[in-house]
Amino acid sequence: MLDLAPAAETSTDEPILIADGVTRMYGARVGCLDVSFQLWPGEVLGIVGESGSGKSTLMRCLAGIDRPTAGSVKFRHSGRAIDLFDLDEPTRRALMRTAWGIVHQNPRDGLRMGISAGGNIGERLMDSGCRHYGTIRAKAADWLGRVEIDAQRMDDQPTSFSGGMQQRLQIARVLVSEPRLVFMDEPTGGLDVSVQARLLDLLRVLVRDLGLAAIIITHDLAVARLLTDRLMVMKEGRVVEEGLTDQVLDDPQHAYTQLLTSAVLTV
Amino acid sequence: MTTATETMPAGDGATAYNFAYLDEQTKRMIRRALLKAIAVPGYQVPFGSREMPLARGWGTGGIQVTAALIGPDDVLKVIDQGADDTTNAVSIRRFFARVANVATTESTTEATIIQTRHRIPETALGESQILVYQVPQPEPLRKLEASEAETRKMHAWQEYGLMHVRLYEDIARFGHVATTYSYPVMVNGRYVMSPSPIPKFDNPKMDDMAALQLFGAGREKRIYAIPPYTSVKSLDFEDHPFTVQKWSEPCALCGATDSYLDEVILDDKGNHMFVCSDSHFCETRRAEGHVGPQLAEAESRKLVCQPVSADEEGR
Repeated sequence: MLDLAPAAETSTDEPILIADGVTRMYGARVGCLDVSFQLWPGEVLGIVGESGSGKSTLMRCLAGIDRPTAGSVKFRHSGRAIDLFDLDEPTRRALMRTAWGIVHQNPRDGLRMGISAGGNIGERLMDSGCRHYGTIRAKAADWLGRVEIDAQRMDDQPTSFSGGMQQRLQIARVLVSEPRLVFMDEPTGGLDVSVQARLLDLLRVLVRDLGLAAIIITHDLAVARLLTDRLMVMKEGRVVEEGLTDQVLDDPQHAYTQLLTSAVLTV
Repeated sequence: MTTATETMPAGDGATAYNFAYLDEQTKRMIRRALLKAIAVPGYQVPFGSREMPLARGWGTGGIQVTAALIGPDDVLKVIDQGADDTTNAVSIRRFFARVANVATTESTTEATIIQTRHRIPETALGESQILVYQVPQPEPLRKLEASEAETRKMHAWQEYGLMHVRLYEDIARFGHVATTYSYPVMVNGRYVMSPSPIPKFDNPKMDDMAALQLFGAGREKRIYAIPPYTSVKSLDFEDHPFTVQKWSEPCALCGATDSYLDEVILDDKGNHMFVCSDSHFCETRRAEGHVGPQLAEAESRKLVCQPVSADEEGR
């Protein structure tokens, strides 16, 4: 087993995640095809594209959930780039619980609905061996505060929370273990616009404060504009355009990206 | 515990069963599972659970383990909720008296095999004894994780954080760990195990016990074991250490202050008393002359009777 102790990763001149020719086939059908990119610490990468363009498939491969049909995903840990799918499963699962996190589109997929908000946040701490109730509780309270949930709701179950609160709770649950890389699949999906705005604001603050590397999957170009440094546009499983967010959105080169940016409604 | 191959004598024309009901191949299969379970303390070994002449959930796992172990020289004690005289205990004892022709007893010290549901006897067990538990749900993580494939992985890789989430929830909601039975334990520093629905009062007795402890879950088709003198630790938090139940009064019949007590409702006017759940322990103490505060009242209400000897208990 690798030493999974949170190593001080101060180096920012090495990519934290390297995808090389990641391909995932569903039988003869393409999930995603030959995707290569590098992600640096503190960088936020957006993946945009319409439904069915392979965004979520790509994320599942990058996050170590599904094994790609071809290609490799390397994650920098303790100074070495390790191939996710060369790792044995317990080590990969341990990494998933500590070094990175996944924020699901539907908070119900990421939260334990029958367990209180405090327990949801504390689970990752207990997973990594914390056995002191007071410490877990204090950290849970701290994180509830950071995601702007009243500390008095700590012992309430997420079922009694609004959609926006559930999403914020899910983010707290993922970030409490201080991951270095976070995957977010449509983090603002299903929320109304004002709640979306607050969530985006919160995410922007957290990502900047913690120096997280993040991959955000969205079909909402406004979200991409607000949060991401770099953008990848996907269509039919392929990356059709890639570049700095402002560049891609303001001066789209590919016909599909042009269609996408022109389809945004302005009020 | 001989490897008996003798069959029951047909006797007065009754159907002849193989000794201890199960056929020899089945016993071999169960013994293999038992050996594996003892070799890996706390690990749940799958086994081919058979149909038994009582409904699953009534102790078929325990009965199959007992049937695989028992020999003609064994003395069997069966308890249910600590008592020797409850329906299920009497039926199972009678079953083995009939199909294995073994001696049965209510005495904890005389028994070589004790099959139990819900309790560990108050009297400490010795090296020559085996405790067989009837287990309804062998998987301690089941209420938290529904997938069997997932719980197996969690056991394999010791991913036990979730178990503490359950304890955390108790403390957050009630101020203390409110789980009072089936309280999860760590066996031999490796596997988290469900001790079957015994009260957590009995958990400390499992630690470093001289007797062999075997667990059979008939419906769930799992066998697990704790070898003698194995460490069994109840899970807890550093700042909320494991504690057991306490009572403010002694046993009303025998005056014991160190046993697990059941509440007995006496009438519809709010009268009640606490009595030892281990009926044999209580009777032994009364025979030794210990008198509880409500013994006379209980006798006048005909709530206390003399123990039925094994011979009278119609074979």
